Amino acid sequence: MVKIHKKTSQTLIKMNTTIDLGKGLVLKNPVMTASGTFGYGIEFADFVDLSQIGGIIVKGTTLHHREGNPYPRMAETPSGMLNAVGLQNKGVDYFIEHIYPEIKDIDTNIIVNVSGSCIEDYVATAEKINDLEKIPAIELNISCPNVKKGGMGFGTDPNQAKEVVSEVRKVYKKHLIVKLTPNVTDIVSIAKAVESAGADSVSLINTMLGMAIDAKKRKPILSTITGGMSGACVKPVALRMVWQVSNAINIPVIGLGGIMNETDAIEFLLAGAKAIEIGTANFIDPAITIKVAEGIRNYMKENNFSSLNEIKMDI
Amino acid sequence: MKKYIADLQVKENQHLNNSYFLLKLTSDQPLAETKAGQFVEIRIDGSKDVFLRRPISIHYTDKEKNEIWLLIQKVGKGTEQLSKIKSGEFLNIVYPLGNGFSIEKNFSKPLLIGGGVGVAPMLELGAKLKEKGIEPTFLLGARSAKDLLELEMFEKFGRVLTTTEDGSVGEKGFVTQHSVWEKESFDQIFTCGPTPMMKAIAKLATEKQIDCEVSLENKMACGVGACLCCVEDTKDGHRCVCSDGPVFNSKNLKW
Ligand SMILES: Cc1cc2nc3c(=O)[nH]c(=O)nc-3n(C[C@H](O)[C@H](O)[C@H](O)COP(=O)(O)OP(=O)(O)OC[C@H]3O[C@@H](n4cnc5c(N)ncnc54)[C@H](O)[C@@H]3O)c2cc1C
Ligand SMILES: Cc1cc2nc3c(=O)[nH]c(=O)nc-3n(C[C@H](O)[C@H](O)[C@H](O)COP(=O)(O)O)c2cc1C
Ligand code: FES
Repeated sequence: MVKIHKKTSQTLIKMNTTIDLGKGLVLKNPVMTASGTFGYGIEFADFVDLSQIGGIIVKGTTLHHREGNPYPRMAETPSGMLNAVGLQNKGVDYFIEHIYPEIKDIDTNIIVNVSGSCIEDYVATAEKINDLEKIPAIELNISCPNVKKGGMGFGTDPNQAKEVVSEVRKVYKKHLIVKLTPNVTDIVSIAKAVESAGADSVSLINTMLGMAIDAKKRKPILSTITGGMSGACVKPVALRMVWQVSNAINIPVIGLGGIMNETDAIEFLLAGAKAIEIGTANFIDPAITIKVAEGIRNYMKENNFSSLNEIKMDI
Repeated sequence: MKKYIADLQVKENQHLNNSYFLLKLTSDQPLAETKAGQFVEIRIDGSKDVFLRRPISIHYTDKEKNEIWLLIQKVGKGTEQLSKIKSGEFLNIVYPLGNGFSIEKNFSKPLLIGGGVGVAPMLELGAKLKEKGIEPTFLLGARSAKDLLELEMFEKFGRVLTTTEDGSVGEKGFVTQHSVWEKESFDQIFTCGPTPMMKAIAKLATEKQIDCEVSLENKMACGVGACLCCVEDTKDGHRCVCSDGPVFNSKNLKW
């Protein structure tokens, strides 16, 4: 049998998986964890070497303690799930005092996902986190309802989105990621609004509003009736939105929504994302993050790419 | 306790009756240390309807044979699919999860109550107690005789009392109606089963001033305390059943 030797250019090419998202946020690889699905990272320390992950985006953090919504908060759906956790967390001061010291020395980017129900809360929370030396970025979750404006989501109206981002921008000096909700007709208009308000990058998508009903009991499954859908089933919508937004704005796009394996992750990079986040997939395979990071590396090797920027779609 | 992701091999899949099956899993590596009351999360692939892992209690561990046993009731698509697994095949599990029963507490006459598939963790608990030199009393409840499984296994570790709703074996009625409550006194209760049963037991325990630990079965996603989907509303606020539980002291619950 004749062995055909492939050109072993892998050894010659120096592969670089780092990605600089600007304003001091440099990831050693493009894989991060999605807020609310990876706790504070330490919950997964038995399964993965946390320092091998590009960034860990911790639980949604609010100014004050929140108990979240009543149980049941979760419903399994075809190839996905709905959640209605309702931002249960002990508040930013508790985070700073008790959690930050535990996680600050993990050799990765620890990013705090900031949520609020009015602009003042977002600003106060961001300001407190700005002082934490080992937190290079926050991810502003603007999918929350604005309680002072009748509960309409900040992220569903370009003017409100712009306003909350501008106000946070005034106090937050490091990298500001703004996380967009897919529950809108025109995601591009929201992305442009937050870009103009001073966001350093955007991440998308958050969960999609959905509902599950128990036909036997003739009752909704979630205590809140509706909830946020995530997992494999949302990927096509997420890909479409990442594609639209990355073609429309000049700041980096971080893609997420239904990434279950390395192929999914590469699809997001092809759609224009500079980095990705993995959420629900952590529940199915707690070691998925490092597998995806490794898979991206292998993909680059196979294609003789030396940097992530070479991963581009051919259309 | 360190948690693992492991591919365990099915040594045996024994169908005990129409709805219950017993899986004996093993590995060529030594299995992890586990505590009675802890659980595993099983990945069941190949269907869009079974997206998340399924939590199942550790039913029994056999150190010598390097086995972990799971007692499973078919209730839906995941457990139905799982019941078809054949010996020699592999199951991907994350384990050991949760806190487990507090067997280090000070007691000498424990009552272990299991209802339905809730008998599952009681076997391992009984075995661990016997190892410690404490002879447990099992009180096992079921609909009828055919649902009372593996009694000979329980008898290895302690005295077994039973109730059935139709009276086909043991005393007729619910576990809370068994005559042993009148005749004897216990200084610790451990229970797992349907919520109404556990609530009735917790009430009885309070009346009799017996410490009572219950194992809850809230729906889970991550299984490791990260997603906050599985919370129980306790007197200390929302607590994760997967990581703060599944075992709770009944006095901390809002029952
Ligand atoms: C910590 C823990 C330990 C458990 N130990 C065991 C065990 O040892 N043996 C065993 O057979 N089962 C056990 N269960 C319950 C088991 O996880 C569920 O029965 C299983 O997930 C159902 O999956 P399914 O796909 O077959 O059913 P699904 O299609 O998901 O649901 C079918 C029906 O079962 C009900 N159901 C689903 N999940 C649960 C749940 N967590 N608790 C109660 N009802 C549920 C649903 O409401 C529905 O009516 C345990 C659950 C937990 C949380
Ligand atoms: C249980 C759960 C909790 C979540 N909590 C938050 C949160 O606190 N803040 C946030 O911005 N997004 C939250 N999300 C959304 C995820 O970060 C992510 O945007 C979404 O799940 C889509 O990605 P996925 O399909 O990979 O999970 C949560 C998702 C889940 C499943
Ligand atoms: S199942 Fe995720 S916190 Fe318990």
